[in-house]
Amino acid sequence: MNPKSQEPAAKRLIARLRLAHCCVWCMVLLLLAGCRNDEPLYIPDAVPVTMPEYTSVKGFYLLNEANMNSNKASIDFYNYETGKYYNYIYRAQNYGVVMELGDVGNDIGIYGSKLWAVINCSNKVEVMDKNTVVRLGQVDIPNCRYIKFHEGYAYVTSYAGPVATVFDGTQSQIGYVAKVDTATLQVVDRCLVGYQPDELEIVGNRIFVANSGGYNPNNYENTVSVIDISTFKEVERIPIAINLQYVKADRRGVLWISSRGDYYTAGSNIYAYDTRKQRVVAKLDCPVGNMWLDGDSLYVISSEFSKVSDTYRTATYQIINTREMRVVNEHFITDGTEQAIVQPYGIAVNPITKDIMVTDAKNYVTPGRLYCFGPDGRRKWDLLTGDIPAHFVFLGENVNEQ
Amino acid sequence: MRRRLTLWAFIVLCVVGGLAQDADTAHIDSMHFELRHVTVYGQRPYAEVIPAQRLGGKQLEVLSSHSVADAIRYFSGVQLKDYGGVGGLKTVDIRSMGSNHMGVFYDGIQLGNAQNGQVDLGKFSLDNIEEVALYNGQKSDIFQSARDFGSAGSIYLRTRYPKFATGKRDNVNVTMRTGSFCLANPSVRWEHKLSPNVSLSLNSEYTYASGQYHFRYRRVFSDGTLAWDTTAVRKNGDLHAFRAEGGVFGASNDTRWNAKVYYYDSERGIPGAIVNNVWKRAQRQWDRNFFTQGSWQHRVSDRYSTMANVKYARDYLRYLNPDTTLLLVDNEFWQDEIYVSTANKLTILPDWEANLSVDYQWNYLNATLVNFVYPTRHTLLTAVATAYTWRGLKMQASGLYTMVNDRHSSRQAGTTVQHHSNHLHRLTPAVFVSWQPWQQHDLNVRAFYKRIFRMPTFNDLYYTDIGNANLRPEYATQYNIGAQWQWKSERGLVSAVRLSADAYYNRIDDKIIAIPTGSGQYRWTMMNIGQVRIRGIDVSTRLSLRLPAGVALDGTLNYTYQRAQDYSNPEDDHYGGSYKGQIAYIPWHSGSAIVNAAWRQLTLNYSFIYVGERYHTSANIPVNHEQPWCTHDLSASYAFSWGAVNGKATAEVNNLLNQQYDVILNFPMPGRNYRLTLKFDF
Repeated sequence: MNPKSQEPAAKRLIARLRLAHCCVWCMVLLLLAGCRNDEPLYIPDAVPVTMPEYTSVKGFYLLNEANMNSNKASIDFYNYETGKYYNYIYRAQNYGVVMELGDVGNDIGIYGSKLWAVINCSNKVEVMDKNTVVRLGQVDIPNCRYIKFHEGYAYVTSYAGPVATVFDGTQSQIGYVAKVDTATLQVVDRCLVGYQPDELEIVGNRIFVANSGGYNPNNYENTVSVIDISTFKEVERIPIAINLQYVKADRRGVLWISSRGDYYTAGSNIYAYDTRKQRVVAKLDCPVGNMWLDGDSLYVISSEFSKVSDTYRTATYQIINTREMRVVNEHFITDGTEQAIVQPYGIAVNPITKDIMVTDAKNYVTPGRLYCFGPDGRRKWDLLTGDIPAHFVFLGENVNEQ
Repeated sequence: MRRRLTLWAFIVLCVVGGLAQDADTAHIDSMHFELRHVTVYGQRPYAEVIPAQRLGGKQLEVLSSHSVADAIRYFSGVQLKDYGGVGGLKTVDIRSMGSNHMGVFYDGIQLGNAQNGQVDLGKFSLDNIEEVALYNGQKSDIFQSARDFGSAGSIYLRTRYPKFATGKRDNVNVTMRTGSFCLANPSVRWEHKLSPNVSLSLNSEYTYASGQYHFRYRRVFSDGTLAWDTTAVRKNGDLHAFRAEGGVFGASNDTRWNAKVYYYDSERGIPGAIVNNVWKRAQRQWDRNFFTQGSWQHRVSDRYSTMANVKYARDYLRYLNPDTTLLLVDNEFWQDEIYVSTANKLTILPDWEANLSVDYQWNYLNATLVNFVYPTRHTLLTAVATAYTWRGLKMQASGLYTMVNDRHSSRQAGTTVQHHSNHLHRLTPAVFVSWQPWQQHDLNVRAFYKRIFRMPTFNDLYYTDIGNANLRPEYATQYNIGAQWQWKSERGLVSAVRLSADAYYNRIDDKIIAIPTGSGQYRWTMMNIGQVRIRGIDVSTRLSLRLPAGVALDGTLNYTYQRAQDYSNPEDDHYGGSYKGQIAYIPWHSGSAIVNAAWRQLTLNYSFIYVGERYHTSANIPVNHEQPWCTHDLSASYAFSWGAVNGKATAEVNNLLNQQYDVILNFPMPGRNYRLTLKFDF
């Protein structure tokens, strides 16, 4: 090519570049104008899910944990009588509550007319009307974990008791159970238990608390603390296994207790402790991430992480018969839907229809998913939840008695 | 029409902002100054195929920036992750590849952090920094150490090089800054000419800030009615920091060398997230960073040049959580690094050069963690690079061969159980091309391709109970095409114009992400599960005007468009899913503007940052939406002389419109704030 023929082309190009240059200046100057508006609180519309169902179970609440520091704990509600699902119902029903529900939901329960949500990193238990989700008040309990109710009182486990020196020299906080008057929402008493207590269960006149010791991996707790309700004093420690998490009592007074294991050589497991015989009556050799007791069926899901291989083991969806004390169903999902579930996280079973709810926490930072399976293990529906959907409670008559 | 448009843009500019002296010239002068001292071996004006984005000299001085992090916000393609306040963590994410892919070089040698891979740029004060340069891909100069080839993007911080006026042997500078957040920031610098070729520089600085500021959170419903509105004080953001630095610089015709010592000691509060029922935190952090480094370059002959770098660094970190409602933590970490490097450049033909660099690096991490594994890492880097110039065409290709050997021991109850050794070796290439089609027009078309990885950090791999020793390296692959046009004139209204634009496609594979290990957010671990694809456009322009009455006006504009999508889980593609969602905190549109004007001793500066709408997770649904934000900063400075003393007073108003915003969800940023600076040189 000869340079002269290039010259007009170059000039044209330069002229265009000049124009482009001006355009960029204008564009950014325009950005100046349209800057920030107030952050709107978005309330999703109700999602029509399926045909209405009329039983004594009116619906269920699902507490979404949400990631730490996100302050995005939220409550979803499913109304069986309209067949509609409501995301962010707490937000919708509580105009003007500053900073909303809080950071990391850890447990939810209904007692009397009230709905109670344990918000771990907000150091409080939120108390709401069970039908409207309208806030009634809060109970400040630092690092609170799980809740149960008994004769006018709520019992809440907390990691944040007085600091003590563990025998290997490290410092750790002793856990406690707070006794809360459900009428006045005041903490009336505290009872020290083991290190980092998680779920608790009430059988007869005694509270059974699963101690984890999770802050001290070198020295996990391995006991269940027993509190006498009348004196509200710890009366006994029952050795079960290390790093305990859940404890659920069946109708024969047998406690179904889960151990997280140590993530290395000891896997997670389920133990059955008979409160009448006062001994461990079964070890199930069943990995557990979460579980739900319905009648004689203990539904167990797991997606266990092993530090030995640094991988997740295959997820499991099993049913244990608490009378026979063995796994009777190794795959309660029968239609292959488990392939779509990334991180099975929460579980619940409708006490009337026996429909099984399983939640998927996915990558823990984006909204999870709720799957509903019929008793035959086939998917009925699935929908979008809040972040890390985890804890259920059914609303209706006599549905919380197990 | 075109002319009118141009005119309109200029008028708007004059209205909007201030005006300045031609900072471009100043910065090129200082660059040439260095080149004179260093390595004007070739015939080229600069050795790089693709030049960097730079902020230096006067332009850097008048920006309302306290730390390097503040200055870097003005570059295109960059997102700053800022947790708020003077002492809050500030890391840089270039072209959405993640802050761990960023290499930060201090006077030519990389600042390492084998523990967590992140360099907190908020810790580097601009007090002694002369220029900040940002390179995408790598600095496309072949005569450099192997580590310069080893990051997906690099920031080069160049400290002040002593310069003496004729007949002067000493320069002294005393600076005092004060302002909002109870800021007290005195600094002093002494430069001394030891001999015609050797000079000394000593510099020290102290920073105190209470870090307290008011913030306001306000939410409305979608119909605009108020949901709630609250104002609170951000607490536990205090900072006490001391920095001391010394350097000896030597230069002769064929040799240039320097030796430096750097020490930084700080204590700060970690303000933490603002969540329901928790308005203040108690966590604290102590840092002590020490390094000493030396660099030597020598031109042996017209054909052969050599360079050597050495460094020793020791970093101490203590993290304390005294909050009894949470896990009590009081951990201490010590890191050691030894680094040696050699680079050798051979000029095969006048327009064909080749370079061989070999670096060896040793890292060790010690900690008070229970069951800690005391990891050691040996890294051997070999880079081969070649550059070829033919008429307007410049080409460069490099290959980096990385060998990493990690050793650690697993311990149970204090006794060593087993020794482990992990070995890894990888070859990664890079190609850079630029072409100037017409010699008489300063128009360059450029392109590059680069593939590089980042090693999992010691925390990713070995942090007790959290680390995952099976992690694979995280890969970044970059494709870039762009052009730059410059035009200069000695007379007329417009003195200089520059326009550059780049389009790029990046992919991140095997991204390392933290996730909980089971039910309850009880324990976390690291997994190679992320996949990200980034398509973006960076546009940058600069305009310098000569206005009547000796007013010089200079403006820089940057605009970035990015589509950074999460490809991690293809199954998650329904409404509210993460698949193909824009990744967390990356805006589609962002931009910045700096306008400054200089008239005699007076300089006015206006700077503006815009970050468009974003989502705080890759599920791009309304509940995760984040509003755009923008900040306007103004500063005015006046230079004066009292005999031999040259003084300069600067007043700044930052975030002029008192914008209340978060960069990271629940980490509120400061509203309007002020700063005064008084500087004396003699």
